[in-house]
Amino acid sequence: MRLLMDLFITFFKMGCIAFGGGYALLPIIQREIVENKGWATNEEVIDYFAVGQCTPGIISLNVSTFIGYKHKGIIGSICSTLGFIAPSIIIISIIATFIAEFSHLPVVNYAFAGIRVCVCVLIFNAVISIGKTGVIDKLTLIICLIVFGLAVFTNVSPILSVICAGLAGIIIKSVKKGEDKE
Amino acid sequence: MSTIIQLFIEFFKVGLFSIGGGAATIPFLYAMSDKTGWFTYTDLANIIAVSEATPGAIGINMATYVGFITASILGGIVATLGLVAPSIVIIDIIAGFLEKFKSSKIVKSAFYGLRPASTGLIAAACIEIVKISLIDLNGFFSYGIASLFKFKEIILAVVVFLLIKKFNKHPVFYIALSAVVGIVFKFGA
Repeated sequence: MRLLMDLFITFFKMGCIAFGGGYALLPIIQREIVENKGWATNEEVIDYFAVGQCTPGIISLNVSTFIGYKHKGIIGSICSTLGFIAPSIIIISIIATFIAEFSHLPVVNYAFAGIRVCVCVLIFNAVISIGKTGVIDKLTLIICLIVFGLAVFTNVSPILSVICAGLAGIIIKSVKKGEDKE
Repeated sequence: MSTIIQLFIEFFKVGLFSIGGGAATIPFLYAMSDKTGWFTYTDLANIIAVSEATPGAIGINMATYVGFITASILGGIVATLGLVAPSIVIIDIIAGFLEKFKSSKIVKSAFYGLRPASTGLIAAACIEIVKISLIDLNGFFSYGIASLFKFKEIILAVVVFLLIKKFNKHPVFYIALSAVVGIVFKFGA
């Protein structure tokens, strides 16, 4: 029981100080989990990040779940995950209440109009950095453009796009492998 | 009550199908806005900004925020739990045979297709944000091409882009800066 509490509290702390997401969390996890707690080795944490990227969901959350599982099984994974999301729930609920309260003030609207511009740039940069790992040859470029076109010009659900793209990846790779053998 | 259940189900789907972390959930949130009308595209841009600027993983913050504006605190909790539920199940399964998963050919092949798809989806989400922040389609249809571009906003976007290139500070820094610029120059007025 104390170990489970410890998992929850440790991940709660990380949820409080983790700005951003994904690899931004790596140094924090290394300090807390590897150095302070000794719950996983550096190599394991790197592995968790690699696999956490290749599985659905939020990367840092997947890593939290892995560490909880490694330390205390399924119940451990639930405790670490809940610990990690609890600060978000508390902080966002408070902020959302404040923003709703002050949203009628012109100054708040000016500020958000400015912030939305910044969000544009941040998302644009996210596209560039994710594109660098994802769009690596002609075929991946074609997949990217098709999915982009479908998302912008049609009502095709992103879920359908994701499923088809995954299948396309498997088919392309197996066809290529067949060609190599011949 | 039905909204609460729907929130859980919608976010469960986001958690299950978004691949590549926080930003990858954004296109699903746009689709959710179209489908449910719980929030507008402008709300969503604000949600992204607040989620980037506050502690916690962006994807989790966005889920909480959307849930909160849809159905208050309970909504925030349920949406977030919906988002994380698939992760817990999938990771617990994979953790049992991590080595096999890591070297699996079929997983690698699937990701050959999934990564560019994720890129395309996020790029499409980026277009939506550009539409509400940098250009003015209503102005374009009423007053012509000169009203299409929001010049103050576009200048800020270029400046922020160059600053990020040069200094690479935490996003919260640029968000705060943009808020101040927005107030000083009365953006959107």
